[in-house]
Amino acid sequence: MNTTAKRIYYIPYMLWILLFVIAPVALIVYQSFFNLDHQATIQNYVTYLTSSTYLRMTLNSFWYAFLITLFTVLISYPAALFLNQLKHKDFWLLLIILPTWINLLLKAYAFIGIFAQNGSVNQFLGFIGIGPKQILFTDFSFIFVATYIEIPFMILPIYNAIAEIDPALLTASRDLGATNWQTLIRVILPLTRKGITAGVQAVFIPSLSLFMLTRLIGGNRVITLGTAIEEHFLTTMNWGMGSTIGVVLIIMMFISMALTGEHKRKRKEIDTGATKE
Amino acid sequence: MKKLMSFFIAIVAACLLLTVGIKRLESAQGDSSAKTLNLFNWGDYIDPALIKKFEKETGYQVNYETFDSNEAMLTKIQQGGTSYDLAVPSDYTIEKMKKEHLLLPLDKKQIKGLGNIDPSFMNKSFDPDNRYSIPYFWGTLGIIYNDKFVKADQIQHWRDLWNPEFAHSIMLVDSARDILGFSLVKNGDSMNTRSRAQVTRAKDDLDKLAPNVKAIVADEIKMYMIQNEAKIAVTWSGEASEMLSNNSHLHYVVPTEGSNLWFDNLVIPKTAKHFKAIYAFLNFMLRPENAKQNALYVGYATPNDKAKALLPKDVRNDKQFYPPTDTIGKLQVYEDLGLKTVGMYNDLFLEFKMHRS
Repeated sequence: MNTTAKRIYYIPYMLWILLFVIAPVALIVYQSFFNLDHQATIQNYVTYLTSSTYLRMTLNSFWYAFLITLFTVLISYPAALFLNQLKHKDFWLLLIILPTWINLLLKAYAFIGIFAQNGSVNQFLGFIGIGPKQILFTDFSFIFVATYIEIPFMILPIYNAIAEIDPALLTASRDLGATNWQTLIRVILPLTRKGITAGVQAVFIPSLSLFMLTRLIGGNRVITLGTAIEEHFLTTMNWGMGSTIGVVLIIMMFISMALTGEHKRKRKEIDTGATKE
Repeated sequence: MKKLMSFFIAIVAACLLLTVGIKRLESAQGDSSAKTLNLFNWGDYIDPALIKKFEKETGYQVNYETFDSNEAMLTKIQQGGTSYDLAVPSDYTIEKMKKEHLLLPLDKKQIKGLGNIDPSFMNKSFDPDNRYSIPYFWGTLGIIYNDKFVKADQIQHWRDLWNPEFAHSIMLVDSARDILGFSLVKNGDSMNTRSRAQVTRAKDDLDKLAPNVKAIVADEIKMYMIQNEAKIAVTWSGEASEMLSNNSHLHYVVPTEGSNLWFDNLVIPKTAKHFKAIYAFLNFMLRPENAKQNALYVGYATPNDKAKALLPKDVRNDKQFYPPTDTIGKLQVYEDLGLKTVGMYNDLFLEFKMHRS
């Protein structure tokens, strides 16, 4: 009785997973083995692996995603530390989450206004005598806007990880003579590794396939795998090739999950080791 | 928890009410009545005063629905939910719809005034003998420049884009066939070529253009050019006419060596039901004074010769939008090249976008 009731509760969840996770992935994998003439082939993968265009695009995607993730970590970690020391932390955290409630497209358009030739940044540069610079359609503007958009997803897990630290540990560290810097490096950082990992996963993987920003902010001077997928599905109608790139992205996602997952295991060993002592 | 529940219920109730309201409104408008015409057109692509005039004259009621891309329109007609009576697709889409049997042939006996259309815009490759379509507006692909930064004689031909003086100052419209197309024309090749060698050569030339390219964007080009963000842009005349009316420093050039010629034509999709109204409307729109009024409102070039003669002189003689006949003779209409060749164009275009100098 108890087990059947439990099973019934699982049904919606199972259905969800089946319909919205397993079925789409299976369809994409299936599609990726067909060419334009609807013949089964592995040609798409051969094309992908032998074309310098796609390989360079993959490299681009990785490089930009890496930069975006790096900058979000560099900004978010100190910000999360700082937030945890404030009086009304929940309020400040809310302010950081707030922009995620605004549509991505609107934010992108706002940045066009800020970075444009007659935009506020260039007006300021002109005012202080540097003169207008080309900001829009550069690597800088693309990474800047992408970082801005991803920051909340990095701050949240790090913030939670820091908030979970037992204050007694920090007091102990100080009592044993550690400086603030040593406490940060030796105590806080290892204890928040899980938060950083979660944040990196939440930022790196979506960054791999950013495509709208590449056009609106990057002016298509920045091309990632997302751009290629969009093009194959909407203009070329070559769904096979688009799916192939999709499969490649999914594989990359699993690889990055596996890589970051390892840290978790290590951390556990360290933890249990510490408690044993 | 209780609060949350009541909030939830309130939202569901509001949605239900709205649905009922919409259903009521739709049935009140009644597209089932025989006295209607369902027109499926691009946004703001007809003078609303003309619709009023047509309704008054004939007693038919026009339902004007809009789409924003050929692909979106095609999907809606394929699904066949609404009984669209007339639609306005572009040339290559007409060819596609024809292949997919989504169009009904025109009954030429019921159409008066087809002779008003300039013969050079009839019988094009996408619809031989105009069995399915009547030209509504036409236009070109060309170069827009801002006279604040560029002198007119500096930019008259496609090859002028490669001038090193224009480093980092050209915006291109994000469309593989148009961009590779002008590079092909520059080399003296056809915009409809299927030869990989020719298209590859066009692409290699585009790579050399890369240092001059500021961005490859879509609709945003309009906004950027109006705001003087870039000196030069390559886009379609329809977009250009809108930009020109918003910024007096902008000018539009159709290179004399050739370019693309595009059409938006009226067609009868297979979802049509109100045939009397359809032919009444086609005849109404073919009348010179109506076509003229529409051309003045929309700002695109009318294919209706008699209507063109009625246009004010400065519009009629505007070489930007009504290029001279020998230029028109060199313009090329896109053919549907099939998925494979289109794929080749797109792959090479993607390579060009990846190119960084």
